[in-house]
Amino acid sequence: MSRGEYLLRRLGLGVLVILGVMMVTFVLSRVVPGDPARLYLGPRAQAQALEQVREELGLNDPLPKQFVRYVTSTLRGELGYSFRTKRPIIQDIKVRLPATMELVICATLLALAVGVPVGVLGAAGRGKIFDQLSRVISIAGVSMPAFWLALLLQLTFFLWLGWLPLGGRLSQQVQLGSPIERVTGFNLIDAAISSNWVAWRDAVMHTIMPVVVLATYPISLSIRMTRASMVDVLSETYITAARAAGLTEREVLFKLALKNAIVPTLTMMGLLFAYSITGAVLVEIVFTWPGMGSYMTDAILYGDIYVLFAVTLVVTVIYILINLVVDFIQAALDPRVRIGRGGEV
Amino acid sequence: MTPIGLVERLLGGFNWLRPEPGSAVWWFRRDRIAVISLTFIVAMLLIAILAPWLTPYPNQGRGEPSILDKLLPPSQAHPFGTDPLGRDVLARVLFGARTALIAGIAIQAISVTFGTVLGALAGYSGGWLDEVIMRVTDVFLAFPPLLLAMTIAAVLGPSLQNAILAISMTWWPWYTRLTRGQAISVRERDYVKAARGIGVNDITIIWRHILPNVLTPVMVQATLDLGASILTVSALSFLGLGVPPPTPDWGAMISEGRVYIQSGRWWIPTFPGLALFLTIMSFNLLGDGVQIVSNPQARGDLE
Repeated sequence: MSRGEYLLRRLGLGVLVILGVMMVTFVLSRVVPGDPARLYLGPRAQAQALEQVREELGLNDPLPKQFVRYVTSTLRGELGYSFRTKRPIIQDIKVRLPATMELVICATLLALAVGVPVGVLGAAGRGKIFDQLSRVISIAGVSMPAFWLALLLQLTFFLWLGWLPLGGRLSQQVQLGSPIERVTGFNLIDAAISSNWVAWRDAVMHTIMPVVVLATYPISLSIRMTRASMVDVLSETYITAARAAGLTEREVLFKLALKNAIVPTLTMMGLLFAYSITGAVLVEIVFTWPGMGSYMTDAILYGDIYVLFAVTLVVTVIYILINLVVDFIQAALDPRVRIGRGGEV
Repeated sequence: MTPIGLVERLLGGFNWLRPEPGSAVWWFRRDRIAVISLTFIVAMLLIAILAPWLTPYPNQGRGEPSILDKLLPPSQAHPFGTDPLGRDVLARVLFGARTALIAGIAIQAISVTFGTVLGALAGYSGGWLDEVIMRVTDVFLAFPPLLLAMTIAAVLGPSLQNAILAISMTWWPWYTRLTRGQAISVRERDYVKAARGIGVNDITIIWRHILPNVLTPVMVQATLDLGASILTVSALSFLGLGVPPPTPDWGAMISEGRVYIQSGRWWIPTFPGLALFLTIMSFNLLGDGVQIVSNPQARGDLE
């Protein structure tokens, strides 16, 4: 299979999967108990008004027709209205997505910064104390209920030590005294652009705990991935040759071996993203972080169910796209991928 | 292999107390971390079964309030303190083990049944049926699992059964994939071809020859996945989409305790969380140990 063919097939499958995902959210949205028209108008609506709204929303049309309309309007970015905020869901998502992405990106960077070196050192001293310790720690990380860790950190760093704020994105005084001008929606960047260092410092303090909690799972994952692929690479003959040629252990590990071992870790970014964005749902409630996660949990609380479908759809599509990009990059870097995995996808 | 043969091999094939050097059990026993985890899991099972006899407050464990004792810090009478309704937190934690294990086992049972049957069907039949089943599997795997489970649970309404169902919906595709791969390799074996040759029908072949052969790796995977499914249930309960009160549940207890953190009542969320964390961690450490032991190359990790 040529590279072009592989990419086309991958792209085609991606489109198919996205359609399938929409089918699932569509079916779910049709089995919701309760009438969407009633939800829209409130409990005391007249029968005639209900019928009119049903006609307007197209709820009387046959299901296949409704599905086609669902797909086309979704593609236009119309995701419906939130009954709670009384605004188009897409507007709410635009406001909240940067807040979540800020956490997710910081957590992913932290995960790589910690996970890769620990994984390398673990593989270098296989079976030794450090390796055993990092094995237990990385498994502790994947076993940690994020919401519980979040509470423990709040107890320790807010209540007992008083070093960090309890939650939110900014303190009230800062919000009033030196508000951040919204450019990108990322507080850390926006504050830096306008040299608003008071707000920047405050934003950093608010980011620490949520990011640490969110990064726990990805850190463990990248330790394990890096370690596993380093163990493989270190058994290759060219490593033995390099050692024999007198390279220092440090050069062998971090310059020679890591270059090959890091590819699988990087291709795991899609997975890391999925875990972070799911983790964000749990982390955001505890830290009252105004992102997608708290948007979803508020929606659950108020029975604003269409928000759930919309957010699930948007996040899933982002996730599929990231995995596609990762596959493309991998195919570009490593010709074996096209033959090895192209056949079975 | 028949299911009875499988059990015989699992029980009779090894000598657990004096394993032969080099056998899987011998390697497993060298992995001290995995042995400790297995012990902890067995203890948790016993706690779940014996909960009513392990605490002086079994009724509080089941949910009966005792309002005069509310929010007491840990003491001799209440080693883990009491919650906002005056219930002994230790009793609630012990009873919570029941909910966690029942939910975890139910999720795995449903997903394994559904996933294995579909996977065996896809792998054995091949062709368009295989294609359809696997594309549906792809779609379900494309969702971040917790988001899909949340949405389904929200549609169905909060209850333990619905949470179990919602999570199972996100889990079965993994077993479909696993089973399909196994089924494809078994399909080409001579005895399956022979059975087909003498005219045995497909359903009988799948039931008698394919399923028993794919069951071992699936059962191992299901046991190891228990930890992760317990974590997901507790996350749904924490979000208010799982077990409704007064059923004892670790996730729900952590959620109840959240509001009391600011007033320094640390014990309400801390102890159920610790139980949750240790249980999940034991399953994961055990899984890690099994993986190392079953892969001769990885055994170097146990030096």
